[in-house]
Amino acid sequence: MGAYSAWSVFKEGLRDGRGWRQAWRTPTPKKHYDVVIIGGGGHGLATAYYLTKNHGITNVAVIEKGWLGGGNTGRNTTVIRSNYFYPESAALYDLSVQLYEGLSKDLNYNVMFSQRGNLVLAYSEHEMEMAARQYNAMRLNGIDAELLGPNEVRKMAPILDFSDTARYPIHGGVNQPRAGTGRHDAVAWGFARAADQAGVDIIQNCEVQGFVMEGGRCVGVETSKGEIGAGVVGAAVAGHSSVIADLAGYDLPITSYCLQAFVSEPLKPILDTVVISPAFGTYVSQSDKGGLVIGGGLDRVPSYAQRGNMPVQEAVLGGLVEMMPALAKVKLLRHWGGIVDVTPDSSPIIGPSGVDGIYLNCGWGTGGFKAIPAGGYLLAHCLATGEHHEISKPFNRSRFETGQLVDESAASGIPH
Amino acid sequence: MQRFPCPFCGPRPETEFHFMGEAGKIRPKTTQAISDAEWATYLHSQRNEKGTVREVWMHLTCGEMFIMIRDSVTMEVLGTETLRKDAS
Repeated sequence: MGAYSAWSVFKEGLRDGRGWRQAWRTPTPKKHYDVVIIGGGGHGLATAYYLTKNHGITNVAVIEKGWLGGGNTGRNTTVIRSNYFYPESAALYDLSVQLYEGLSKDLNYNVMFSQRGNLVLAYSEHEMEMAARQYNAMRLNGIDAELLGPNEVRKMAPILDFSDTARYPIHGGVNQPRAGTGRHDAVAWGFARAADQAGVDIIQNCEVQGFVMEGGRCVGVETSKGEIGAGVVGAAVAGHSSVIADLAGYDLPITSYCLQAFVSEPLKPILDTVVISPAFGTYVSQSDKGGLVIGGGLDRVPSYAQRGNMPVQEAVLGGLVEMMPALAKVKLLRHWGGIVDVTPDSSPIIGPSGVDGIYLNCGWGTGGFKAIPAGGYLLAHCLATGEHHEISKPFNRSRFETGQLVDESAASGIPH
Repeated sequence: MQRFPCPFCGPRPETEFHFMGEAGKIRPKTTQAISDAEWATYLHSQRNEKGTVREVWMHLTCGEMFIMIRDSVTMEVLGTETLRKDAS
């Protein structure tokens, strides 16, 4: 399989694309791997890729019960940002943004990271004060940020309601220029292809049904395709983290909820940034195809059903229409839900699970997509060295015992 | 909109209800020394089951808490129980 390039597209165009080969193999699982990763979403595939790239470990399997990127990686609203309040979070999410910045080249796969900004709107004096606080925190954390007044917001997003009759006039906002959106499927496929080329076995339609324990240490997984031995196991299964934890015998401070998203019919370009309003609980961006990609808060009922309920739909879409009344008659094209793993402090859990030989990458809650490269990078570091990377240290699960939480639930834009 | 059955008021819109927590969690006795691990487990650990769950819910409009048994995959409500004991 050759490298993708403008030249290869041109060349294949001349011969009806007959030279394209499948992007990754469909191998039968071996008896034993140095590392087995459960979950073939973005985080699992990124972990496999960074194991090969940063640590030279290539005897790796990624086990996925469904198909690649069929969970939250294919269900999110593709926003990538690092506008966090606490230094620990800023370091974590900005590692991700930095990795995303070079990812297309790194993977030889266009992940379409478009750094179009992420504008958090302020609709009152109080929100404006919070915006200034957010701006200051971001600058102290070394993250790019701009504090904007109403006129600057209007320049960035004229589709917002600036009329005299607006129920809530816009006071300003905070923008992170380096934030933006990516192509979610391409992130999964790009990592899968690059990992596969480095020798990683990606095994789809293979469900983990149990763990093989030996002297208190996990030495493998039982799957629907038989037993697979493992030097060490990494679990990156998002909303199903508690299900895996139950099989392995550790507990987690996680509640699974449904998070919904919406996409509208394609429109002409009306919005070239991501706008989010904490007050309305809605955020929106416009995809390259013209559809508005709309998201909001969590459903209020703990759930493993990958579909949402009506009250949240009403709140999110009502908020959108209040922000941009011009969109009131736009039709929705699709609507869906994914199951997210929410921790008490809305920060992820990375590192040892509590059972010897199993490491975690979970608890990303509503914001896992933006963190895919960092989550993979840091879990790979844990799996390869048995120790934390400096950036993942604060996210060890022991923080729930020591009380040293990284409480982003109060600091983020949307209620978690 | 889904309707949840309040054992006191009957079926009502889901927005009238608030999820309080998983049923069956027992607060450690604070008159004795409790290890950090024990306390953390009580505060934060969740069973978070896929399938049948037993949870404490509050019907906000009547203010009563009760146990709801439901399926976390199909969202079907399987039953409710009052938390109040009969006075007799």
